[in-house]
Amino acid sequence: MEAVYAFCVGILTTCGFFLVLRGRTFTVVIGLTLLSYAVNLFLFASGRLKLDGAAVLGQSTDYGDPLPQALVLTAIVIGFAMTAFVVILAMRSRADQGNDHVDGQIPAQSTKATASHKRNS
Amino acid sequence: MNLLWVVLLPLIGTLVPLFTERFGRSVCAFSVAILPAWSLALVLMYAGDVFDGQAIRQSIEWIPTMGLDLSFRLDGLSLLFLLLILGIGLLVVLYARYYLSEKDSMGRFYAYLILFMTAMVGIVISNNLIQLWMFWELTSISSFLLISFWSHKSEARKGARMALTVTGAGGLALLAGLLLIGNIVGSYDLDTVLANGDLIRSHSIYPVALILVLLGAFTKSAQFPFHFWLPHAMSAPTPVSAYLHSATMVKAGIFLMARFYPVLAGTDLWFMIVSLTGLTTLLLGAYIALFKHDLKGLLAYSTISHLGLITLLLGLNSDLAAVAAVFHIINHATFKASLFMAAGIIDHESGSRDMRKLNGLWKYMPYTATLAIVAALSMAGVPLLNGFLSKEMFFAETLNQSMLGSLSWIVPLLATLGAAFSVAYSLRFIHDVFFNGEPIDLPKTPKEPPRYMKVPVEILVALCLLVGVFPAYVVGDLLNVASLAVITHDAPTYSLAVWHGFNIPLFMSLAAMVGGATIYYNRRHLFQFQSHFDEADAKHIFEGVVQSIVNASQRMIKTLENGSLQRYISLLLLFTLVMGALPLLDLTQNAGSRPQIPLDGVALTGAFLMILSAIATVIWHRRRFLALIFLSVVGLIVSLVFAQFSAPDLALTQLSVEIVTIILLLLALFFLPQTTQKESSPSRLSRDLLISGLIGCVIGTICFAMLTTPLSTISDFFLANSKTGGGGTNVVNVILVDFRGFDTLGEITVLGIAALGIFKLIAKMRIYMPISDDKGRAWSNDPHPMMLEMVSQSLLPLALLVSVYIFLRGHNVPGGGFIAGLITSVAIIQQYIAHGVKWIKPRIHIDYQWLIAGGILIATATGLGSWIFDKPFLSTWFDHFHLPWIGEFELASAMLFDLGVYLTVVGAVMLILANLGKLTTSERAEIKEND
Repeated sequence: MEAVYAFCVGILTTCGFFLVLRGRTFTVVIGLTLLSYAVNLFLFASGRLKLDGAAVLGQSTDYGDPLPQALVLTAIVIGFAMTAFVVILAMRSRADQGNDHVDGQIPAQSTKATASHKRNS
Repeated sequence: MNLLWVVLLPLIGTLVPLFTERFGRSVCAFSVAILPAWSLALVLMYAGDVFDGQAIRQSIEWIPTMGLDLSFRLDGLSLLFLLLILGIGLLVVLYARYYLSEKDSMGRFYAYLILFMTAMVGIVISNNLIQLWMFWELTSISSFLLISFWSHKSEARKGARMALTVTGAGGLALLAGLLLIGNIVGSYDLDTVLANGDLIRSHSIYPVALILVLLGAFTKSAQFPFHFWLPHAMSAPTPVSAYLHSATMVKAGIFLMARFYPVLAGTDLWFMIVSLTGLTTLLLGAYIALFKHDLKGLLAYSTISHLGLITLLLGLNSDLAAVAAVFHIINHATFKASLFMAAGIIDHESGSRDMRKLNGLWKYMPYTATLAIVAALSMAGVPLLNGFLSKEMFFAETLNQSMLGSLSWIVPLLATLGAAFSVAYSLRFIHDVFFNGEPIDLPKTPKEPPRYMKVPVEILVALCLLVGVFPAYVVGDLLNVASLAVITHDAPTYSLAVWHGFNIPLFMSLAAMVGGATIYYNRRHLFQFQSHFDEADAKHIFEGVVQSIVNASQRMIKTLENGSLQRYISLLLLFTLVMGALPLLDLTQNAGSRPQIPLDGVALTGAFLMILSAIATVIWHRRRFLALIFLSVVGLIVSLVFAQFSAPDLALTQLSVEIVTIILLLLALFFLPQTTQKESSPSRLSRDLLISGLIGCVIGTICFAMLTTPLSTISDFFLANSKTGGGGTNVVNVILVDFRGFDTLGEITVLGIAALGIFKLIAKMRIYMPISDDKGRAWSNDPHPMMLEMVSQSLLPLALLVSVYIFLRGHNVPGGGFIAGLITSVAIIQQYIAHGVKWIKPRIHIDYQWLIAGGILIATATGLGSWIFDKPFLSTWFDHFHLPWIGEFELASAMLFDLGVYLTVVGAVMLILANLGKLTTSERAEIKEND
């Protein structure tokens, strides 16, 4: 199970970073969201995996580690706030700059590519 | 009786001129003088004890936990410098009253000047290395402000910048040196350091420490090759030149060398560096001074030369030379300050400092001329004046050294040569300015200055004479006690008499005078000779160096920071990859000893689905809506993962956040392009895939290694104390609201700030609304579907009830403020979706900003509440009560804190989503700008 879990975290990280490296704001936001899943799972893993652990006291003597859970819980909420901030920033950037490229302007060679793309279609 | 006040009084005095400026110039000057005079009086009260050979110490705890004290010490050397700093400082205050014109801001000038005075006082009475260094830096800064006082002049700004750069860089070197010394000794306490001279000198890093400290001293005292800033600092008002650049600041470097003389001197290295630097500076300064046409330029180079002389004396490693150095500090301060003041008077009354124009001023200002001539003769080293005495001692010392082995006889020769040039430029100062024909088109007709402007010069010149004629009576004790502080053991026998009989130093003096007169008489030939050399202007070289550094750093920034986010991120990732992967290469086995959980079919299916959705998100990322749907599948499975591995709180949170996030992204997608064009080249794609793939491998490996390592956790503490100490059985919630409540408070504050930032971004956004979808179909204007309206409306109370239930039970079973807040938000958002903004507006009157503020306030107030009961911030309280009918129940202050969390979460989520949703409607948020 551990290997599968770790593999999933690796895949999410890869997908997240690949999207973060793209040039458009919305894609970057999606990448960041994927990445935050990966990070949360990673942090959660520091408490190790436990099946059927007790969530509250008194149910059983075998507990899941509560500390990473508490940390991840707040991380999820803060992660939402940050995603929201970035996506609104992306909207604002498009409204102010007229395009949704992460650098605020379309790089020179890609405008050429866009033009040829349009010609072809 | 308090040494602290010696520093504190001038420090307070810095503010005085700012308040008294409006009452007129004389009142301002007088009020400025009061506090330094008081400070001087304090010093004089201590003088008796110091003359008895005691060093007075005082230390006040500042930050005791870090071992930082404010500590002061007053010994002979400090006393001498304090008298110079405060005494000449007061004279300069008086002088500046008449020097500054109506247009200059007197308050600002005096404030800077007194600030500088404070810094100097601080340097000389500090008993702690770091404290000393702080004051040292303060002198650099305040002298920058003083030099650039006439900031409308380009050369003043450039000169100030140069002085700050050179002395500031030296200050950094000094800090490094002092830290090394502190490290060797194990203490920054000056007393301790001074007592450990042998330890420092025998230590292996002594040469480094010595060179660093000397760099600090040489830059400050304008020693070759750092001397070039001093002439450019002459663009300061003349009172500043008289004070900083002759009497005090440039002496700070000398003071530093004298202060550390007991621990740093006495080695060959010290001898070589200090004496050779001093000798070079002495000769160079004296030679260049002769050719300067600017009065202050001449004095500046002369100052450099005299500072070189003192440095040379300190470098000779002989007790008598150290005494001579201390003596010359006193003499130079008196005659040079008075000469600067006289030069300032001449400039002030004639409008020029150019010696080619200034001629024959004797007729116009005979009184000032007499004073200046006496001071200049003292500078030349004429008998019966103080300059003569220390110069004799200097000559005697140059005869007693063996600096250059068998070539040592050159040193007295060079010293005599330097002295001859000194005589020559002194003669030039006297003859060129006061005699030598008539003035040549001066802007003003010269006249005597106001009466009181001459008083400071008179006092200083009188001192030159008194010391020159009765040296033993006037300064004998002071010199003795100051020298003792430098050489720390019994002072050698020396005689402070004017007449020592016919000896070699006397002949050297005579030779210097005759030589100087000859040089001056034949000056035309020398000037002609000198004109063959291109004069390298230090300013151009300096500015050139500065410019090339600026260019180099700009080039570096342009290569590293080209404005492309993609590039930054890939560089960052590459760096992370290298740092993360390298340690993994050494790891031979990545599975730990912890027993692994066997796989089951459900988990495998879930993992498979998650991987597929993640990859699908990437593949279809250019079709954004589709990518969003796949993303939501990933998020849902993540929440299932939490549920599977015994974290119900996380599963609930992740589930509700997932809903909110997807709604947010859907809303945002409306304002962004629906698709992304293909724009990455195949090589870029493969590069990015490679980087992210490798990072994924690294992270996955680390994750696996961590998962299979046996757990050692601090959570046992939380598990053991959650019920007894926090009163709850849901340990996660108790950690959030109790054990780590302070973190949570910070977190909800961040949440609130992010929401407010978003609100501000939305409110000022220009709408960029597509009129159709990406296939060109216009938006439909259908009314809200009735089924949805009805169902969601009836669901609202239920949803709110659930959220209240989740909130209340949170302390003991999964739930709590975060989750309840998210559920409430989802319930409200559902109403927005079902009914639209117009329907909601008259029905829900909640100001979400107030909700956020109220939430944070409640959480903070709960924390503060514990102060009432004398408990630390955020201590919690709980107890169990029994009510008839209802039964046993628990009340905990943590519940109130959780309420704050709840309100903040609801407020933040709603502020973001509701305002984003309203953006296309007439209800959109707007901020009214005042301007």
